[in-house]
Amino acid sequence: MRIAVLMKDVPDLVEELEVEDGALPLDDMSFVPSEWDDQALEEALLIKEETGADVTVVAIDTGEVDGLMFTALAKGADRAVKLAGGFSRRLANRQRGAVLAQYCQTQGFDLVMTGVQAIDDLDGQIAGWVAGNLEVGHASVVRDVRAGADTVKVVQEYSGGKMAELELPLPAVLGIQAARKPPRYVTVAKVRQLQKTASVETVDVSEPTAPTLSVRKIYKPEAAGHAQMWGDDVDEVSEKIVNLLEDKKLLRS
Amino acid sequence: MADIVVVGEIQNGVVTDATQELLTRARDLATARSRSVAVLAFGKDAEAAVKTADADEAVVVVDQAVEEYNPGVYEATLVTWLTENPALLILLSNTTMGMDLGAALAARLQIAMIAYCTDLRIEGSSELATCQIYGGKLAAEVELPDRAVVTVIPGSWAASGRSGIPMVHRFNAQPSPISVVKVIEPDASGDVDITRADILVSVGRGIQDPDNLELADELAQAIGGVVSCSRPVVDAGWLPRSRQVGKSGQTVKPKLYLALGISGAPEHLQGMKDAELIVAVNSDENAPIFDVAHYGATADILDLMPALTEKLNGRNG
Ligand SMILES: Cc1cc2nc3c(=O)[nH]c(=O)nc-3n(C[C@H](O)[C@H](O)[C@H](O)COP(=O)(O)OP(=O)(O)OC[C@H]3O[C@@H](n4cnc5c(N)ncnc54)[C@H](O)[C@@H]3O)c2cc1C
Ligand SMILES: Nc1ncnc2c1ncn2[C@@H]1O[C@H](COP(=O)(O)O)[C@@H](O)[C@H]1O
Repeated sequence: MRIAVLMKDVPDLVEELEVEDGALPLDDMSFVPSEWDDQALEEALLIKEETGADVTVVAIDTGEVDGLMFTALAKGADRAVKLAGGFSRRLANRQRGAVLAQYCQTQGFDLVMTGVQAIDDLDGQIAGWVAGNLEVGHASVVRDVRAGADTVKVVQEYSGGKMAELELPLPAVLGIQAARKPPRYVTVAKVRQLQKTASVETVDVSEPTAPTLSVRKIYKPEAAGHAQMWGDDVDEVSEKIVNLLEDKKLLRS
Repeated sequence: MADIVVVGEIQNGVVTDATQELLTRARDLATARSRSVAVLAFGKDAEAAVKTADADEAVVVVDQAVEEYNPGVYEATLVTWLTENPALLILLSNTTMGMDLGAALAARLQIAMIAYCTDLRIEGSSELATCQIYGGKLAAEVELPDRAVVTVIPGSWAASGRSGIPMVHRFNAQPSPISVVKVIEPDASGDVDITRADILVSVGRGIQDPDNLELADELAQAIGGVVSCSRPVVDAGWLPRSRQVGKSGQTVKPKLYLALGISGAPEHLQGMKDAELIVAVNSDENAPIFDVAHYGATADILDLMPALTEKLNGRNG
């Protein structure tokens, strides 16, 4: 079985997001792998361990995706492929979906896995775009992927803890909510070591032609409300909480 | 042929609140632009559920294959119907179904897609969508293109309560090789029911290490509450799924929700924003949780939990 894991990196939310003239200065920001793509990679690696599947990590080259790719190789992926076409960090998901589908079409992967969502997919999630372009079956918001010879079984999550087990014929595209285990960790040293021997393949692809959304502005939303803030002093905050509990008659007598 | 199509969801025989919200805004937009609204719904309860919906047309798909949500059958059916009836605007809720089908429908129909929408409105000659991105930290204002699929976050605006008398007709389900093997109902056995607790001590990824959960347990005991959590804590295997608050977990409305090391992602807020009293502690002063909390502190939760426990125990003892 051949599995593709589609990965991308996204701005690190740990850092303060500064908007300039209605846009994000993406070139000045630091990026981290999208957390759900990491979950998809982990699930794919678990399937590899169980079935001997071959795992290819695929990312669109929008700048610095090498770190993400070598990390995936260090974790156990067999191949890493970077799709190059002079793409900018602002590449929209509709475009990404088209580029990724175009590549997957040529490869005959049995299973294409990616994160259920990313924090920046304003124009829709990648799993749906890729599946729709490929016109193959897909399921998103799934976990517990069990791959058989011709089919794959997954658990799809609904609200309130309800779920369903689905069976999809291969090939299929999956949007992964969570892996069965927390994503494995590799040391920076191991990634560096691997960088000396392994390589990331580059495949040139053509630019998609679909139109993109017209975004008027990005801005920090004005919240309807904001908490009354108590600062960061542990003693003071504890005192305030106890007083509040007393006020609201929530203190146990 | 309708201009605006709402893909409806039905639960316990009635149209969901989220679908009611879609119908409300669809009608508002349609009235302003002299357009028509259709609602499309699946399952044996669909006809009864949509016959008073505020839509001009209701399309119901009744078939054994659509009794439970099936991404393959639903998508094939929607693609076929929407190809024959090319609507301008297709609205879905940002539920599992919307997240699952939205982009795939857009790709199949070769139209645009707008996700995480929280507002849809007309401004002059433009139609605009506001979307929530970056875990709720930013918003985007997007121009609605001529044709688009839009997924709307449930609860983004109020439902009008209006009803109507749509013309109802049936449409056949289309086949798909995807099958629903079994439906798994929420596991209510054994563990505590967090929806019944008056006080929830809710921990997020800020707890950092499973060993630190002891601090939350001790605090919960001292305060007379129950420990709940955000999704990553469950995915890491640190707490059972029954303790998860949010979109894919439980919706809670305790007297006090103490959010500790939880950023306040939209999926988490969906499950707790209506709590009577929300106190959030998060070292990041920009965390979105502070937008819904009544009181907040930027203290380190690993220091705060034992300090607060001690203060409470000092009083109790
Ligand atoms: C389809 C779908 C369904 C989902 N359903 C749910 C759901 O039901 N429930 C849910 O919770 N999530 C859900 N999520 C996930 C959601 O998007 C977020 O990833 C999740 O809520 C983040 O959890 P968190 O706030 O604990 O972690 P993070 O976002 O990582 O936040 C951790 C916070 O802790 C703070 N922190 C760190 N250390 C400390 C410290 N020592 N002291 C104080 N603060 C500290 C940080 O500043 C940060 O704000 C869902 C996602 C998807 C795609
Ligand atoms: N993402 C999109 N998908 C489909 N059509 C679009 C998209 N974005 C813009 N359009 C259409 O393309 C034309 C020009 O759009 P714009 O340049 O964004 O104003 C308009 O007719 C829009 O409706």
